[in-house]
Amino acid sequence: MADSNFEPRILAFLCNWCTYAGADLAGVSRLQYPPHIRVIRVMCSGSVSPHHVLRAFQKGADGVLIGGCHIGDCHYLKGNYMTIKRMRFLQDLMKFVGMEEGRLHLDWISAAEGPKFAQTVRDFTAKIQKMGPSPLKQAARAA
Amino acid sequence: MSAKKQGSKPVGAVMVVGAGIAGVQAALDLANSGFYVYVVEKQTGIGGVMAALDKTFPTNDCSMCILSPKLVECGRHLNIEILAPAQVKGISGEPGNFTVKVKQPARYIDPAKCIACGICAQKCPKKVPDEFNQGLAPRKSAYVLYPQTVPLKYAIDAATCLYFKKGGKCKACEKFCPTGAVVFDDQDKERDIQVGAVILAPGFKIFDPTPYASYHYTAFPNVVTSMEFERILSASGPFEGHLVRPSDHKEPKKVAWLQCVGSRDLHRCDNSHCSAVCCMYAIKEAVIAKEHSKNGLEATIFFMDMRTMGKDFEKYYWRAEEEQGVRFVRSRIHTVDPVPGTDDVQIRYIDEEGNIKDEVFDMLVLSVGLETSPDVMELARTLGVDLNTNKFAQTSPFTPVSTSRPGVFVCGAFQGPKDIPQSVMEASASASAASALLTAARFSLARKKPEFPERDVSQEPPRIGVFVCHCGINIAGVIDVEAVRDYAKTLPFVEYVENNLFSCSQDTQELIKERIKEHHLNRVVVASCTPRTHEPLFQETLREAGLNRYLFELANIRDQGSWVHMDVPELATKRAKDQVRMSVSKVALQQPLVEFSLPITKVGLVIGGGVAGMEAALGLADQGFKVHLVEKKDFLGGHALELNHAWTGEAIKPFVDKLVKRVTNHPKIEVHLNSELTEVTGFVGNFKSTVTTQGRDTAVEHGTAVIAIGGHPYKPTEYLYKENPRVFLALEMDQAMREKNPLVMGAKSAVFIQCVGSREPERPYCSRVCCTHSVESAVKLKELNPDMDVYILYRDMRTYGLRENLYKEAREKGVMFIRFDLDSKPKVEQTADGGLKVTVLDHVLRLPISIHPEVLTLASAIIVKDQEKLAKMFKVPLNNEGFFLEAHMKLRPVDFATEGVFVAGLAHYPKPLDESIAQAKAAAARAAVILSQESIRAGGVVAIVDPMLCSGCQACVEVCPFGAITYKEDEAVAEVNQALCKGCGTCAATCPSECITLLGFSHKQIYAQVDQALSEEAAG
Repeated sequence: MADSNFEPRILAFLCNWCTYAGADLAGVSRLQYPPHIRVIRVMCSGSVSPHHVLRAFQKGADGVLIGGCHIGDCHYLKGNYMTIKRMRFLQDLMKFVGMEEGRLHLDWISAAEGPKFAQTVRDFTAKIQKMGPSPLKQAARAA
Repeated sequence: MSAKKQGSKPVGAVMVVGAGIAGVQAALDLANSGFYVYVVEKQTGIGGVMAALDKTFPTNDCSMCILSPKLVECGRHLNIEILAPAQVKGISGEPGNFTVKVKQPARYIDPAKCIACGICAQKCPKKVPDEFNQGLAPRKSAYVLYPQTVPLKYAIDAATCLYFKKGGKCKACEKFCPTGAVVFDDQDKERDIQVGAVILAPGFKIFDPTPYASYHYTAFPNVVTSMEFERILSASGPFEGHLVRPSDHKEPKKVAWLQCVGSRDLHRCDNSHCSAVCCMYAIKEAVIAKEHSKNGLEATIFFMDMRTMGKDFEKYYWRAEEEQGVRFVRSRIHTVDPVPGTDDVQIRYIDEEGNIKDEVFDMLVLSVGLETSPDVMELARTLGVDLNTNKFAQTSPFTPVSTSRPGVFVCGAFQGPKDIPQSVMEASASASAASALLTAARFSLARKKPEFPERDVSQEPPRIGVFVCHCGINIAGVIDVEAVRDYAKTLPFVEYVENNLFSCSQDTQELIKERIKEHHLNRVVVASCTPRTHEPLFQETLREAGLNRYLFELANIRDQGSWVHMDVPELATKRAKDQVRMSVSKVALQQPLVEFSLPITKVGLVIGGGVAGMEAALGLADQGFKVHLVEKKDFLGGHALELNHAWTGEAIKPFVDKLVKRVTNHPKIEVHLNSELTEVTGFVGNFKSTVTTQGRDTAVEHGTAVIAIGGHPYKPTEYLYKENPRVFLALEMDQAMREKNPLVMGAKSAVFIQCVGSREPERPYCSRVCCTHSVESAVKLKELNPDMDVYILYRDMRTYGLRENLYKEAREKGVMFIRFDLDSKPKVEQTADGGLKVTVLDHVLRLPISIHPEVLTLASAIIVKDQEKLAKMFKVPLNNEGFFLEAHMKLRPVDFATEGVFVAGLAHYPKPLDESIAQAKAAAARAAVILSQESIRAGGVVAIVDPMLCSGCQACVEVCPFGAITYKEDEAVAEVNQALCKGCGTCAATCPSECITLLGFSHKQIYAQVDQALSEEAAG
């Protein structure tokens, strides 16, 4: 594959109560996943604003992963409903400006789902690898 | 409740004897609820057996990693005094006021002067086997128990020290000790200590397999005990976590575990009991060994009954077999022979079909049982505490943590062989029992936590210290921690960097404090495990160093670093550098956060009026707190009223009746029958709930809540249940025996079928109580009519712990046991005359056997019902099987992640009465830790609105899930009520002008982290 040498830059915003804990569980269970991800711990996925995500793409992220509690499990009751609304809106926006909306991925991963976290990172990394570098990054380089 | 002298107040101090995990937990619970605690430990440091374990089942958590914070908390606690080494030599007085004589043997190194530099051990010429490493590695005569112990102070072992052996020669340690701490003329001391109660947590010793000549434990180096194997696997063990066998230090390819060595055996030892933990630890060791193995390890476990009866244990067993490929062979080994010319061993065994087989292994692990050590038996004699026939402390199932001597309580493996969560529960339970006795003296001897003056750093530029942890080899084995440290030094505002072997150990906390002072640091980053477990520890260290505790960041380079990128060390190191850079950029922008105090409603709420609920309510009420007890039905007692006897034979009904009477008459308990909880608002210390009683609402204010809604028998759809009157569930059989049902009384044969609805794909858990219940009922039937043919059809007989005695009794009385597998379950048919025909495949004959029982009892699963609503109201999680999921399987077995809410009884997991009672008392102890405080701290990570920037759009008001934001009409700005704010940050993300800041997670900080995560300057 032509893009096998491409090391994507993936930024993840993980909620403290579920997905961050799921990511820890993946570690405790020694589940291996690609090391191209960088994690920012937030208290709730609902505290991730569209601006935070856009900043990541502006700064050259090839993919952004948002991880929150399953619907109904939010430690703050309904923060993750906000997350859905915002991220759908953002994906529409990305499509509008000509970016693949798949570069932004939202998933619900609980504290007990270490394997799901590892698999999500594997799948998302592979997907971004296939997509190649972010067009924003290429545009920034060309400019 | 008081057993004190007339008019005189009891002593507000408790002595905990033994400082393994049980003793440490009991000490912390007591010290955190207003008592002064003396911890008496016979070794030179605390931690016990758990400190020597590699991983813990069923989560495979690193044992030391989860234990260490507790040890540190114990060591630094203002109201805990650790006496180590020390032994109890005598006791006088009465409950509420004992005088205990304690002997403190000389350490020969003054702990006040020792800085744990280790030079004494380096210079000491005398090597002796290291007990902590099970003799697999040497230590010196000047030694420390293990590197993370508390207190971290060296000692000289006079029994082997050359100075003492050779009459005053050597003194190398004294010569080189930089602080002059060595004191050769140190003397043993004796102290009389006044306490109100004593808690015994002296633990167990492992069975010594030397007498098992046939296993050649002493002759063959590659025959090891399971404790030796733990040390072999451990990163801090003799082989640094490399899986090698002792004879030639080569990696074994085939390892066998032999179960029940020193357990369930009266032929070669006196231990009739099952040790209750060996099946699980053997599976864990096999799984971890396979993980450690580089070339693919074949792991085989030879067992009699697989006893995986704890929460999530059954799934662990299935995964080990199906996913990790551990081989399970049902057989007891009788011969072990050397293989000439090699260090291998050949074992001979008979498989289930009766065939004799020979197989060669590189290494054998003897899964040794748990027993009471002679020292502890001596301790029991000294204290006048009775032992049972298996030499564990005698307790009643109704008072599982009370010894035969009033005022002396027991927890952990001395109470009976058990695993860590059960020990922790009993530890909290014994703390509750001791607190109830000494309530009048709460806070009479305990000292108040000092306030550390906080240095004002607001005018200083950031000066950041970065500490990069090796975590033994957990991190350093993959990530180049020195490179991460050196890289951190190049980052803006970083003034100081350092590596630590274990950043969480107590000596490192002291070191961090010193570094903060030396280098005028005003912010700290630790790159180690995960903030979820270790952030509070480091924050406390900052507080003690005079820094606001929020000026801290933890970079997760283990759980989300070395452990998940094991095969790509360079990329793992690169990620670690990036995560450190992100943390440094975030902490540089962090400002001190203010906390304030909120009052506590000193009232407990208990949901569920079964035995667990009533015990929890009494546990709190006896400690002087008002309790609301909410029960859905119109009576108290729950399913316990349908049980006849505890497994030890005591009648249950009189006990429950007495309990109901005590609860009903207790002035501090308000019982709400026919009632349900319909609304919960508020938070720890300040809950406001609604109890609805037949349509009528009562508002209840409470500080804590205990969920004890119990379990229910699963109603099967198989085996002709509800179709034939001769088919009973276990509780229905109890009722039939109680009511002398002629069907049962006149029966000539009876059959019990086990695991009905349990251990099936649909319900992948063991219901824990059914084996013992059926065996007990079978014995009762045999007593009723010795000529009755009684059969128990089972998959694994799980009469764990001392319950094994009952199993033995049943076999002696002629109860017949026939084993079946999940894929060949018994068939139950109705005969033409309305009778029953049970057909089961005999596992020895491999032929179907037909039985025509007159009564059939189905040991059906225990399930939990109507739990979702409650889980949602308190925002606590459930596991896949619907049971409430505690905060941590091992060390927080009754707590939820949501503060102030606790769980007890069958709603947590199926368990027998004695364990429900212990867990209920534990929940009471944990709740009392909160209710005994004057106030709780709030503030910290909350949202604030900048009124200068706020446009008054009120978008934040709409999204706040807690109604914490109000719109101030007059000023046209929004404002956050900090007491109600839970710090989720949804408002901050919503605010279009970013004028709301979630303190600790500000927009600026997030942008800084984003920028640093993606910055082009490649780290390394």
